[in-house]
Amino acid sequence: MIDTLSAYLLPAIIMLFILSGIFKNVNIFDEFIKGAEEGLKTQLKIVPSIVALVLAVEMFEASGALDVITWGLQPLANAINMPAEVVPMMILRPISGGGAIALLNKTLQTYGPISKIGLMSSVMCGSSETTFYTIAVYYGACGVKKTRHTVIAALAADAAAAILSVIIVNLLL
Amino acid sequence: MINYIWAALIVISVISALFTGRISEITSAVYKGGDSAIQLCISMTAIMAVWGGLMRIAEKSGLTNIISKILSPLVGLVFHKLDRKSEAAKAISMNVAANMLGLGNAATPLGIDAMKKLNALNSKSNEADNNMITFVVLNTASIQLVPTTIAALRSKYGAENPMDIAVAIIITSIISLIVGLVINKLIIIITSRKRETH
Repeated sequence: MIDTLSAYLLPAIIMLFILSGIFKNVNIFDEFIKGAEEGLKTQLKIVPSIVALVLAVEMFEASGALDVITWGLQPLANAINMPAEVVPMMILRPISGGGAIALLNKTLQTYGPISKIGLMSSVMCGSSETTFYTIAVYYGACGVKKTRHTVIAALAADAAAAILSVIIVNLLL
Repeated sequence: MINYIWAALIVISVISALFTGRISEITSAVYKGGDSAIQLCISMTAIMAVWGGLMRIAEKSGLTNIISKILSPLVGLVFHKLDRKSEAAKAISMNVAANMLGLGNAATPLGIDAMKKLNALNSKSNEADNNMITFVVLNTASIQLVPTTIAALRSKYGAENPMDIAVAIIITSIISLIVGLVINKLIIIITSRKRETH
């Protein structure tokens, strides 16, 4: 049901945009072109940030660093009752969106969707975003160099989401 | 800060590759990284153009005003120092609406638009102000009403009720957002005190 609803969502929204334009006598085609041009200019500004970040993320994923960090964080994970199998998701989630989805796919395949590990990974994956990508792209687009404490605040939220995923799955599901 | 994170990602990767014996993998990742970055940019270019165009229509038709009026109490709750009628507040509303509906593709161009409008109100254009930091934290916390991607994966592996995690995800997102906002506020208070004593 939800799947069908979300399939209709985007076409419905686009139609709403167009109809509201026609209703208010907006020169919709010309305005669309102007807006699209602005979008392209912005895109050009964020290409360098994306290249820099994706390069680092690809290297990270190819290097086996995820296994090394997971191993290193084992004692800490034990201390907060987080299963070792969930730790890679906690590390990968803020770094790589595609990587996190691929990892969730593998985890659900191995442990099943209703296992504790499957549930915790699902909640963790859904409750936060690709933090580094968002920071790089958003600040890259408006030319801000000094991000002050953005990374600390955003990572604090990510850490909270990871820890809460474990607690909430234990409590609710 | 993002400098250090970027450097750390690369340095940790190279050192890990030495330990795990994946030097040839990491070498090819350098080339693959450039390729996938450009591929990502190409698909993003289309999204940026489409949503840039649609947004302009929505602004001209007044649709943006309506959506921002509906979400104004919510946006005002997080951005209490921002003028609710400003262009930036409207752009934030559009981004929040896209995030809540799970339109991930639209959320990025709308978020960038909001960041640019926030930066226009910023007195130092190369340094993030408090509203901009709050907005980034809001976006990294991912408040989504219906987690479609996760549910689709869960149903693929036989979950009878793939949406069973939706409530847990919303609770986790909201609490983690609050944690992020509180840490943000604390740092602002501490640093402004330091500035006063100097």
